[in-house]
Amino acid sequence: MNAFLNHFSFEFRTGIRNRTLLLMTYLFPLVVYVILGALMTGVNPMFAETMIPAMVIFAILSSTLLSLPDVLVTARNAGIFRSYRINGVPAVSILIIPALSALLHLVVIAAIITVTAPIVFDAPLPVNWPGFVLIFLLMVSGCASLGLLIGVVSSSSQMTVLGGQAIFLPSMILGGMMMPLSMVPDASARIALLLPTTHAMNAFRGLAHNLTPDFDPLWSVIILLLGTVLAFGLAIYLFTWDSSDPRQRKRAPLALLALLPYVVGTLLLG
Amino acid sequence: MNEVVVEVTDFRKTYGDLVAVDDITFEVHRGEIFGLLGPNGAGKTTTLECLEGLRTPDGGWLRVADIDPTRQVRQLRNLMGVQLQTSALPANIRVDEVMNLFCAYHNVPPRHDLLERLDLTEKRSAQYHELSGGQQRRLALALAVAHDPRVLFLDEPTAGLDVASRVALHDLMRELQAAGTTIILATHDMAEAEEMADRIAILLRGKIAATGTPLEITASGAGLSKVTVRTRGACLTKPGVTFPAVDQTLFNDEYAVYYSTDVGPTVSAIIAYIEAENDTLIDLRIERPSLEDRFLEITKTGGAR
Repeated sequence: MNAFLNHFSFEFRTGIRNRTLLLMTYLFPLVVYVILGALMTGVNPMFAETMIPAMVIFAILSSTLLSLPDVLVTARNAGIFRSYRINGVPAVSILIIPALSALLHLVVIAAIITVTAPIVFDAPLPVNWPGFVLIFLLMVSGCASLGLLIGVVSSSSQMTVLGGQAIFLPSMILGGMMMPLSMVPDASARIALLLPTTHAMNAFRGLAHNLTPDFDPLWSVIILLLGTVLAFGLAIYLFTWDSSDPRQRKRAPLALLALLPYVVGTLLLG
Repeated sequence: MNEVVVEVTDFRKTYGDLVAVDDITFEVHRGEIFGLLGPNGAGKTTTLECLEGLRTPDGGWLRVADIDPTRQVRQLRNLMGVQLQTSALPANIRVDEVMNLFCAYHNVPPRHDLLERLDLTEKRSAQYHELSGGQQRRLALALAVAHDPRVLFLDEPTAGLDVASRVALHDLMRELQAAGTTIILATHDMAEAEEMADRIAILLRGKIAATGTPLEITASGAGLSKVTVRTRGACLTKPGVTFPAVDQTLFNDEYAVYYSTDVGPTVSAIIAYIEAENDTLIDLRIERPSLEDRFLEITKTGGAR
């Protein structure tokens, strides 16, 4: 336990020293928050209703899908995991600790958004705080698990960008952050149900902001929870210490199984 | 020294069609420094990495302190210290942070004394990427020995080290050896192997081409010993003077230099000749072939004697 805490403390501190991580976790989401807040609240007044969860989700996506996978790939390809392995650092710690560190950074950024949005952009605060916190934690866990999985199966930084953007970009357009799912065309709405963002926004609407959800938010909670467990389990199973491990390429397609809860959700809800 | 700590029997490792290590067998005893020598691609690092549990062998039997490194990696971690050929740490981690971190995982108190010993005290607050290559090697060594391992694997430990650091490393190795640590040293540095290793194995294209003590290995070759002699009367320079087992003779200033296949009869005959000529011996030096000479001989002949 002492080793785990020591490792976590070091990971958090080195995260603060890491400019790329600071950029993707703090600067990029905050700049987008300010720009979207200034633009969208004027163009689409409904945006302000869910501005806080939308911008918190944006920060989560940026930190976990665009930053976290590259941290893993870079460390593995540089041989850092080999050094960890010979010194007894378990694979689970290598996966969990960056995710926990990201969670801590995201708590800070979520607090900044939640405190400033009502003052600066007249955005309403959540009505149900425990629900807000629960969905926040679920969304961070779900996206961090997907980010870890992308990092584990990607052979290079370029591949992590492809994997991360494959979820990030559709999330921005279809995930309910800019407009409710009910305004999205049917075909696109089915695709949107494959995204964690759609379920998180639906759950935030129904369980934290007392707005009308697009479908029963409990389904969203269940799908996010199952998605988290499956993605993290697969990340541990597919983890390799070494970039030259031949098993990595052979087993990488198994990572797609992480989408199973979302696919089932689409079939049931779409 | 009789307790076997590292056992390698019929060990084989392939990468696709390439046979990196081809059925090699050796054992290393407690408190022994065992040198693995060989040209690039000979299989040294592959052998070490399989013993360290970083790679899976394709055949044979490996044991480190009675532990199977393939299946019981966790049990091995606290018994084994490793300095990898190319080690890496997070760029932003500080020297004292990494010492704290790895010692915590080994469940031992941080060994900041080792940082002082390896001249890293001033760099305790420096981030890893701010260290020079030599400092990074020394840090890797400090981390490898911080938990007092029973077996220490060193892969090219002196690469990139200055003379003072090299001496500090050798002193540390001797201390660890005296305390009973078994050390397996893969190196290109023949002088280091000759000085430090109790026994060595020369690997060539995945096979052991020679094994034994450095003296046994150098003695087993066809290398010529160099006998350098100077006398007051220069009787050796007379034309037609020959001695038994001498393959080649050279004269350099006032010295006669003989390359002998069997140094005993050559030296006896030289001394007898000098006495018979009523001359006086001023200087006589015998230089055996070095391990490097023998290594080059083995690598040139492909290990065939």
